[in-house]
Amino acid sequence: MTEIAETIPDVADDAGNDSFLRDGIRIFCRNRMAMAGLIMVGCLVFVALFVSFISPHDPYRVALNEQFLPPSTTYWLGTDNFGRDLLTRILYGARISLVVGIVPSFISLMIGAVLGVVSGYYGGRVDFIIMRLADMMIAFPSLLLAMVVMYTLGANLFNIFIALSLVGWAGVARVVRAQTLAVKEKEFIEAARANGTKKVAIMVGHIFPNVVPTLIVLFSLSIPDAIMWESSLSFLGVGVQPPEASWGLLVAKGKEYLFSAPLVAIMPGVAILITVLAFNFVGDGLRDALDPYMKD
Amino acid sequence: MTNRDILLSVRNLRTEFKTLNGPVRVVDGVSFDVGRGRIVGLVGESGSGKSITALSLMGLVPSPPGTVSADSIILDGTDLARLNSDEMRRKRGREVSMVFQEPMTSLNPVKTMVQQVGEPLAIHTNLNKRAIREKVLQMFETVGIPEPKARLDVYPHQLSGGLRQRAMIAMGLICEPKLLIADEPTTALDVTTQAQILRLMMALRERAGTAIIMITHDLGIIAEMCDEVNVMYAGQIVEQAGVFDLFDRPSHPYTRGLLASIPKATEKRTAERLNSIPGVVPNLAKLPAGCRFHPRCGDAMPICKLKQPELTDLGNGHKARCWLHDKEGAKA
Repeated sequence: MTEIAETIPDVADDAGNDSFLRDGIRIFCRNRMAMAGLIMVGCLVFVALFVSFISPHDPYRVALNEQFLPPSTTYWLGTDNFGRDLLTRILYGARISLVVGIVPSFISLMIGAVLGVVSGYYGGRVDFIIMRLADMMIAFPSLLLAMVVMYTLGANLFNIFIALSLVGWAGVARVVRAQTLAVKEKEFIEAARANGTKKVAIMVGHIFPNVVPTLIVLFSLSIPDAIMWESSLSFLGVGVQPPEASWGLLVAKGKEYLFSAPLVAIMPGVAILITVLAFNFVGDGLRDALDPYMKD
Repeated sequence: MTNRDILLSVRNLRTEFKTLNGPVRVVDGVSFDVGRGRIVGLVGESGSGKSITALSLMGLVPSPPGTVSADSIILDGTDLARLNSDEMRRKRGREVSMVFQEPMTSLNPVKTMVQQVGEPLAIHTNLNKRAIREKVLQMFETVGIPEPKARLDVYPHQLSGGLRQRAMIAMGLICEPKLLIADEPTTALDVTTQAQILRLMMALRERAGTAIIMITHDLGIIAEMCDEVNVMYAGQIVEQAGVFDLFDRPSHPYTRGLLASIPKATEKRTAERLNSIPGVVPNLAKLPAGCRFHPRCGDAMPICKLKQPELTDLGNGHKARCWLHDKEGAKA
């Protein structure tokens, strides 16, 4: 890692053209925690993509004569109540958890960004309506809301996306609106208007790029949130359904055997913990690296 | 000046802002002309309404809370006061553009110079990216940005204040507007850079024949650059004159006060303090009755407290809003 930190500034100096992004990458690379987080996330993605080649076990194969085996060289973390390899189950769970972490975060981010910029830029009645809607979403107990959605629409992955996007956009919209309010008072927005730029073009071309760093940070910080949400929903039985493996579901099923075979519940929990931590490190690093007003 | 030489003719411009204490008229009945290729100064203290006058002309006053009305704002035959907001938007940047005070904050930190300076072209013309790039490069050369090619793809924070202001001027002029409004373009710059920017604007005026409205509180800049001057006080024009006339025969007590507060290099320093006009600019929500300047005026007469003076013609296009020059005032 020290190697990276030493070489990147030279490259940038040689180019003589420190772009905004390159500056950010440099700051990010100097941040040890963020790099550690990034490596962990990288490993996770790799494992989730290639688990079927890595693991010799079938995550769905039931072997009742191999229930609750302790960790061994064949089953690294032991087996669960149906004799399935726990590690393989956890790694397959990473797929669902990552998808559930990324897709709804992205959707709620987009909805929140559009509504936030529109709300902040137009102000007045538009702002009032959008923000009261957001207040309603935030005031409502999110878990309850998500559970209601899951109950009504049925428990499957697609509906988890809908439920989590519905819960997540309001917070994003608030932050983006605040940022928009700050940006729209800047003189360069007035300069853009003085050039005859259309309102929509100002929002898309001038305000949005200034909000993007915030969005990237929000994104990386909302992934762990979404993973936690999915785990909660699955734990409560309205999320991913067995025999699919998701971390929340594994914890939920494993909790019955907490005293006889503690690993079955604890290891998926550890996986959640590590993943959430890794994304948080990355998010913090990005926040420090991408603040456009720390550059002058 | 014949009618054909007049580029911009503003008549009775009024701008009001709604506040908690009722409407406040920030610009009150401002009328002036700008000839083709002329530089016209708007000078006054902070809060005299000069910047709002500029924003009103551009149609950039935020509404609500602001409302702008005028008998007419005729720019090259078109009455801007009758245009709807989209028609006005099409004029901005193409026929009339603006350079702002703060070059450090008037450029978007996340856009490259060529993107920003070329933006008016992208909005108002059908030029493709390469042609825009070519034009921006030419414009950078015109405004004297050294190594113009290397500056196209950099971000604003990589340029100095002087270079950024040059870039802002390049952006203002890139569509070859007929009128450029410069709102204190040099206030945020250091003195040597100021002189360069002013010289640049004069040179561009010679070259392209762009008329300039120069907003400033610096009478030195007025003397250096302008052809005609409008002195503003509390939202009104109090004196209007050619630049030589104004400095030779300042006729409004406020103008005299402004000129007297400039230290002169030739004068022996007898007094320890600089001259100043006593008092402060009045609160626009609580204007004094009669002449708006009378509480601070050394020449105030009884009529000044009762009745507002009109702009009186002193000959040669020189006008002053003061009872001293009015027949009615002379009687009183």
